[in-house]
Amino acid sequence: MEQAPETKASTTLERLLPGQSPVLTPGHTLETITDKIVSIVLRRPVTLGWLGGFAFFFGLLNLLMFAVAYLFFRGTGIWGINIPVGWGFAIVNFVWWVGIGHAGTLISAILLLLKQGWRNSINRFAEAMTLFAVACAGVFPLIHTGRPWLAYWLFPYPNTMGVWPQFRSPLLWDVFAVSTYATISALFWYVGLIPDLATFRDSAKNPVAKVIYGLLAMGWRGSARHWKRYESAYLLLAGLATPLVLSVHTVVSFDFAISIIPGWHTTVFPPYFVAGAIYSGFAMVLVLAIPIRRFYGVQDMMTLRHLDNAAKVMLGTGLIVAYGYTMEAFYAYYSGNAYELFMFKNRALGPMAWSYWCLILFNILIPQVLWIRKVRMNPGMLFGTSLVILFGMWLERFVIVVTSLHRDFLPSSWGMYVATRWDYAVFAGTLGLFFSAMFLFIRLMPMITIFEMRTLLPQSKLSEEVAAHD
Amino acid sequence: MTEQALQGPQLYGVIAEYVTPDALVDACKKARAAGYKRMDAYTPYPLEEAAEAIGFEKTRVPLLTLCGGILGGLSGYGLQYWVHVLAYPLNVGGRPLNSWPSFIIITFEMTILFAGITAVVGMLMLNGLPQPYHPVFNHPRFFAASRDRFFLCIEATDEKFDVTEATRFLQATDAVDVAEVAD
Repeated sequence: MEQAPETKASTTLERLLPGQSPVLTPGHTLETITDKIVSIVLRRPVTLGWLGGFAFFFGLLNLLMFAVAYLFFRGTGIWGINIPVGWGFAIVNFVWWVGIGHAGTLISAILLLLKQGWRNSINRFAEAMTLFAVACAGVFPLIHTGRPWLAYWLFPYPNTMGVWPQFRSPLLWDVFAVSTYATISALFWYVGLIPDLATFRDSAKNPVAKVIYGLLAMGWRGSARHWKRYESAYLLLAGLATPLVLSVHTVVSFDFAISIIPGWHTTVFPPYFVAGAIYSGFAMVLVLAIPIRRFYGVQDMMTLRHLDNAAKVMLGTGLIVAYGYTMEAFYAYYSGNAYELFMFKNRALGPMAWSYWCLILFNILIPQVLWIRKVRMNPGMLFGTSLVILFGMWLERFVIVVTSLHRDFLPSSWGMYVATRWDYAVFAGTLGLFFSAMFLFIRLMPMITIFEMRTLLPQSKLSEEVAAHD
Repeated sequence: MTEQALQGPQLYGVIAEYVTPDALVDACKKARAAGYKRMDAYTPYPLEEAAEAIGFEKTRVPLLTLCGGILGGLSGYGLQYWVHVLAYPLNVGGRPLNSWPSFIIITFEMTILFAGITAVVGMLMLNGLPQPYHPVFNHPRFFAASRDRFFLCIEATDEKFDVTEATRFLQATDAVDVAEVAD
């Protein structure tokens, strides 16, 4: 887009790549940005489309309640799991959901540290996505324990039995990694919300809304001293969340890699899991962003540039994932281990071969269309590609969990795995949990970070003479 | 406003409203040069130069966070050492009781957890939040501080403070509006 030559480039990217479509359509002022984002929540009535969408996903959420209640009543036997496949859908879904959350932290923390200004309009809802995805993920290990009312035994607390958890076990590392991740993500999200909640408090006309937003904003008044401490804390949180997010999926991959099951015991797991997590997470970001920008008319804040960048991240991480698959095959051959070799043959040609080849198709072959600029600039096609990737990444975890377990060492202990309707009900139910939370979030909270959008405006920066006064 | 209201103990300060960040930072610098110390600027987005211009340059948030992180790391490792070496020693596969490589991950997670919580709680506490009441909200135009306007308030507790003089001083800057704020 044309910009006046004296206008400062607002992001590093703009300086590096001039002539790209802007991250914020020119013409906005402090006032219009505020009004536009505030009006989505405070001024617009609830639409029929929103109600319909929410009702659908709320129905799915009720399916989750029902499926979990029945599970508690009957036990995990209602699922398809048994020996040898004891993990099944529960762990597949857990890994899938945790992975989806990772893109939110990547956008909010890592891109902040890298000074990628374009992240400002998508980071808020990406963080919300992280939070809800981690909540969905958290459901599975709990209900998979069989006796979830004793799940608190996972935590080290002084007890009359005098026993303690085994800290050398990757499963316990997972407890700490995921609960730390959930806590830090919630803090990061809430801290980012405080100044915007103050804007909502000051703009709300409904007295009840004013009081609620006022309580949540905690009396934020935009003092320069407060901002200074705030920025410092926010940057530190980003710095802390960056290694954290890399560690979380690494620890999740340790659940597999530390064991000796063929196909799991490889060193490529941590990096390839992290890349896969970001891959699926960005796909979910696009699945959410493309309808949101259309239905709420925020194409001027979530521009084609955002979609383009997200697609490029997917392309990059997708290639790392492809490298991971290649290495798995190579390890199987190069290890000289009969079980590893059999594992790979069984994956590619065994009774579950359909899942492996679908995975290659959905996760590696189809996403190569993202090399084409026209596809990256076409929201409809991006949406479709993202759905394919999300499904592909789910299949990846299915392949890893199921094909490795169902035929491991002794042929006498091989078995098959078939998911039951209750497996599908719980999975669909967590989709309901995730999307109903997203629907509520969009109606109740500022889904675009107002104060960070303000900093993208050229007029929000000091002129050089004032800045250089000292 | 009556003479009494201006001079009574109920006065919090004199507040000026600006349209651009330039005008605000310029006014902050002038106020500081004029010898005012107790003042605060209010902006709709973080403007580091404003904090510097009113003489607030260092925060203790990073130091607190570092302490929180160190405490978290020590307690993470300490917990595992205490459980596996002292409280409940258990020989698993012949590994040493203090099998430190296995303890690294939880130590790391606890470091991040404690540091993150300290950063947020520390920032809020140093800022005095949550704060249900603050006099600056008595200014009828203050809602714009979370929207599109910039404010500078010279507080009545300043040694050099005098209502008439502070008002005159702020009027001489690029302010679009100057008013007293009740306490």
